[in-house]
Amino acid sequence: MFDLVSFIPRAVMQGIPLLYGSTGEILTEKSGNLNLGIPGVMYVGGICGVIGAFFYEQAVPPESMNAVLAIGIPMLCSLAGSLLMGLLYSVLTITLRANQNVTGLALTTFGVGIGNFFGGSLIKLTGSEVPSIALSATSAYFSKGLPFAADLGWFGQVFLSYGFLAYLAILIAIVSSYVLKRTRVGLHLRAVGESPATADAAGINVTRYKYMATCIGSMVAGLGGLYYVMDYACGVWSNNAFGDRGWLAIALVIFTIWRPNISILASILFGGFYILYLYIPSGLNLSVKELYKMIPYVVTLVVLIIVSMRKKREDQPPANLGLPYFREER
Amino acid sequence: MNALEPVKTAIRMEHITKRFGSVVANHDINFVLKKGEILSLLGENGSGKTTLMNMLSGIYYADEGQIYVNDQPVAITSPKDAYDLGIGMIHQHFKLVDVFTAVENIVLGLKDEGRLDLKKARQRIVEICERYGFEIDLDRKIYEMSVSQKQTVEIVKVLYRGAEILILDEPTAVLTPQETDKLFAVMRNMKADGKSLIIITHKLHEVLEVSDRVAVLRKGEYIGDVQTKDASQQSLTDMMVGHAVALNIARPTPVNVAPRLVVEHLTVYDDLGVKRLNDVSFTANAGEILGIAGIAGSGQRELLEAISGLYPISEGSIRFHDPKASENAPPKELVGMDPMAIRKCGVSMAFVPEDRLGMGLVGSMGMTGNMMLRSWRKGKGAFLNRKAPEELANRIWKELDVVTPSTSFPVRRMSGGNVQKVLVGREIAQDPAVLMTAYAVRGLDINTSYTIYNLLTEEKMKGVAVVYVGEDLDVLLELCDRILVLCGGQVSGIVDGRTADKRQVGALMTRVEGDSRHE
Amino acid sequence: MNNKLKFHISKRAALPWYKAWAIRGAAILAALVVCAVVTTLMTGENPISIYATIFYGAFGTARRSWVTVQELAVLLGISLAVTPAFKMRFWNIGAEGQVLIGGLATTACMICLADTLPNSMVIVCMVIAAILAGAVWGFLPAFFKARWNTNETLFTLMMNYIATQLAAYFIIVWEVPKGAGKIGIINQSTEIGWLPQIGNQYLLSILVVAILTGVMYVYLNNSKHGYEIAVVGESQRTASYAGIKVERVIIRTMVLSGAICGLMGLLLVGGIHHTLTTTVVDGRGFTAVMVSWLAKFNPIAMIFTSLLLVVLSRGAGEISSAFGLNHSFADILTGIILFFIIGSEFFITYQISVRKSAGKEA
Repeated sequence: MFDLVSFIPRAVMQGIPLLYGSTGEILTEKSGNLNLGIPGVMYVGGICGVIGAFFYEQAVPPESMNAVLAIGIPMLCSLAGSLLMGLLYSVLTITLRANQNVTGLALTTFGVGIGNFFGGSLIKLTGSEVPSIALSATSAYFSKGLPFAADLGWFGQVFLSYGFLAYLAILIAIVSSYVLKRTRVGLHLRAVGESPATADAAGINVTRYKYMATCIGSMVAGLGGLYYVMDYACGVWSNNAFGDRGWLAIALVIFTIWRPNISILASILFGGFYILYLYIPSGLNLSVKELYKMIPYVVTLVVLIIVSMRKKREDQPPANLGLPYFREER
Repeated sequence: MNALEPVKTAIRMEHITKRFGSVVANHDINFVLKKGEILSLLGENGSGKTTLMNMLSGIYYADEGQIYVNDQPVAITSPKDAYDLGIGMIHQHFKLVDVFTAVENIVLGLKDEGRLDLKKARQRIVEICERYGFEIDLDRKIYEMSVSQKQTVEIVKVLYRGAEILILDEPTAVLTPQETDKLFAVMRNMKADGKSLIIITHKLHEVLEVSDRVAVLRKGEYIGDVQTKDASQQSLTDMMVGHAVALNIARPTPVNVAPRLVVEHLTVYDDLGVKRLNDVSFTANAGEILGIAGIAGSGQRELLEAISGLYPISEGSIRFHDPKASENAPPKELVGMDPMAIRKCGVSMAFVPEDRLGMGLVGSMGMTGNMMLRSWRKGKGAFLNRKAPEELANRIWKELDVVTPSTSFPVRRMSGGNVQKVLVGREIAQDPAVLMTAYAVRGLDINTSYTIYNLLTEEKMKGVAVVYVGEDLDVLLELCDRILVLCGGQVSGIVDGRTADKRQVGALMTRVEGDSRHE
Repeated sequence: MNNKLKFHISKRAALPWYKAWAIRGAAILAALVVCAVVTTLMTGENPISIYATIFYGAFGTARRSWVTVQELAVLLGISLAVTPAFKMRFWNIGAEGQVLIGGLATTACMICLADTLPNSMVIVCMVIAAILAGAVWGFLPAFFKARWNTNETLFTLMMNYIATQLAAYFIIVWEVPKGAGKIGIINQSTEIGWLPQIGNQYLLSILVVAILTGVMYVYLNNSKHGYEIAVVGESQRTASYAGIKVERVIIRTMVLSGAICGLMGLLLVGGIHHTLTTTVVDGRGFTAVMVSWLAKFNPIAMIFTSLLLVVLSRGAGEISSAFGLNHSFADILTGIILFFIIGSEFFITYQISVRKSAGKEA
């Protein structure tokens, strides 16, 4: 038996960026927009937070840092950055009705480029020896667990040891789930993704819903990038370190069949898959760990196939996913 | 206008013009709906009825002209504007979300903030249903509902958001007579309740039955309006088509009639497991036009597709008597073959499907590319032969007067009539032994319709077995030699086209025997 | 509200091809201006010298020109591979994985067969293995799409990462030296399994792709298969009406797509790099989607769209090193250009008319 008490927190920490990403993408996809730019958005969300934190740390000596500002500035920067990315995608696909796949892929190229470019520039600005930038002071604010976590043994470690962004992620997922299922806004949003013509005829402003869902979705996903640098990576930004987590988040959307509440547990499961190799004895054979890393993709694929074979109407992707809407289409 | 004067018109449209590209769908239309009346908007398919109404429901926006609601000038730029003005439209293609329940669909788009209070909504919906006499299961998902149930949900939805003006776009096209009667009763209830209604239709008897006044459109222009009590089928037809038409379709006596296609005990199910054809048996003879009548959705599409090898068949047989084979050769069994296999074994069948651009043609290709749809396999090797299709395209272009700039002009951009000429022309050019057409003249003007009738009759005289699925009983009765009537997937009768009368066929169309699909 | 100006969007009836390309050209021009402004802001150089640098980076020396053309060939080859699938409206974004798996198969043959077979046989095996591997990677999503209508975009996306992890696994299995985490140049001394050079080290892949371009053009426009693909892409119902076996066409076309991707993997590993890394495809599987789409699936036009992206990327690389910027700068410029071209399609399909709203507030 392996050490569950140390495994679960690590799985959770791996899972949180995915949870942000998938919640954001679910919101976006529910409006009928398949935003394949989410990986890029998450990069931008991360780097913007880093930039904000960097300048704040530069401007203020560590001992006089204000907790609210230390957290608030990077968060606002991150949200603003991913909002801009969401807007860019929205303008192109909603207003200009561009192909969503192509726009999304271009957005990912662009976003990863931005992340690595500014990351690289900041690294150069610090004149650091190592190719990374460390914002440990800011990170300390982000990763602070609940105060009494250490006193509660395994319970504290498993449930209370995370930074506030982790709890926020779960909160956002629960709220999103509630909004989608139980509120009028959620009903309208789902209608837009299922059948924009119907929603339009019912007097719902399709364009606004698509914009809102895509932009809010981007901002949520961007927080995943922020969590990754500030909490998971202890404030250390190095280029390409975020890796393919953005795509994994998109996989998670399919895996959870478009339900943010399932995503909470599923993201932790995926996080667990991601680090499983550390816990399963594979001897000195490092290569096996690469195969373990394949598990999330394989299980997602299996879910995708099973769902399409079962043909249950409620489990299908939003009917209009990936298609632009033009009212006067004839 | 004097403010004290009572409001008389629910809707007034002045000088409305709407174009789609170079096509003028509505030209300088002046139209009035009075308060508390049921107005029929009459016109042939493609006369611009739906376009005009879509400008009231906010789907389209007029290029020119002004709309008044309750005598106030308004700009309806979105469906929301229309709702705010109390205008609700029930579209022909229902605007419902399939995976939502009836209640969810009904409350969709309403403003009340915050939590979704479905309980309260449900109460109001039940009230509306009781008031006007609707029957629906509110918790059913739309995709589980029948067409008439969906329509009911649509109407309740419009009423729920307080519409005072209701527009129904061809509501009876998909209904059985019983359902139609129910609908008309509900409409009268609504009128009694002070609502103003517009019903779009091209069925004259319905116009006369339900409306107070009739407005007629023809080719995008407003022809005029009459009080229903002063109108007759004949006078309305005259207005609709411009001049009085006795159809006068030539119907030569069949010669050398012989069985060509023998269908026996054909039964099919759709992918949801619903029985679409139930023990259908008939014979299509060479040298005859066999008409197929029925309410929309009675199995016509399934029947033709099953014969063409496009629909899975669970029971029954379809035997083809090959005119080229020797006298004693046994007929060929087509069940179990796909379209290519049917073609390969020498069965020459032509099929003009109902969905022209979605099934019979490739919209983005020109005439030549579409000719290839039937001939692409011809010729040896891996490459296409473009020459023969090009020649065929040119021939059809000339002989059928297809209006198009070139044979490579995408057919999607042609008008409906020209699209149909391309399709029918191609199918006839195959020199078929069986020619099947579904709603071959739907949406076409009178002249093109006659062109099509003549082509079909020519084919019949050449010894082709023609199957004509139609919706206009007058045409069926004047064109076809025999008429098979489908009802709920069953054959309810086969009558002689020369002796049968409309009432008889109408009765067969609505006779349901032990079939509960149309409640 | 009175007399408010309203923008009214409607679909264009038709636009002559030269106007359409003029709009695209204008978009590219506008994008280049924006790129210049961005670059100027970053570097303080004037835009002309920036574009001179880009041009120098791409074509400055004979060697650079060759590398640029080779890069062009690789990108174009992958774009050609995805095109038949796209024409069928099958959103294959799995070229990344299909190329990589082809490269992996190539590597496997080079490493495992080097000691047992003569060089020529090794190369034959490599070709077969690479094409087969790519074809399998294309077959799987197509099979499920054809049978159960499984979403192909998401399926192929997942297949990319499965390929990546497989490659990562084998790279460690075959790593040289132990613990290095990479393979290094394979068979460096014997050059077994290295594809033969024609003229110079660049020409082979260029020639292969040049031939492929011509073949693909003819295949799509003049062959029966090409016609089937076009019909299936337009409407599956029309296709079955015409007697086309839709499932078979979907599977066949994706197998072809995958096989060409596998071939590109062979060129990358056996002809160009002589090693395998998980990033050997370097995102070109995704870029290919854009190249193909921007060229409206026309193989000839794809030469120009891929040239644009390759020159830009190589030029931006030069800018990065000349002005001490990060190499990712190229991605940003590429992104900007793509956004402009993607956006310009709107003005080709739709027209905007400005009208005064005559009505009062509703």
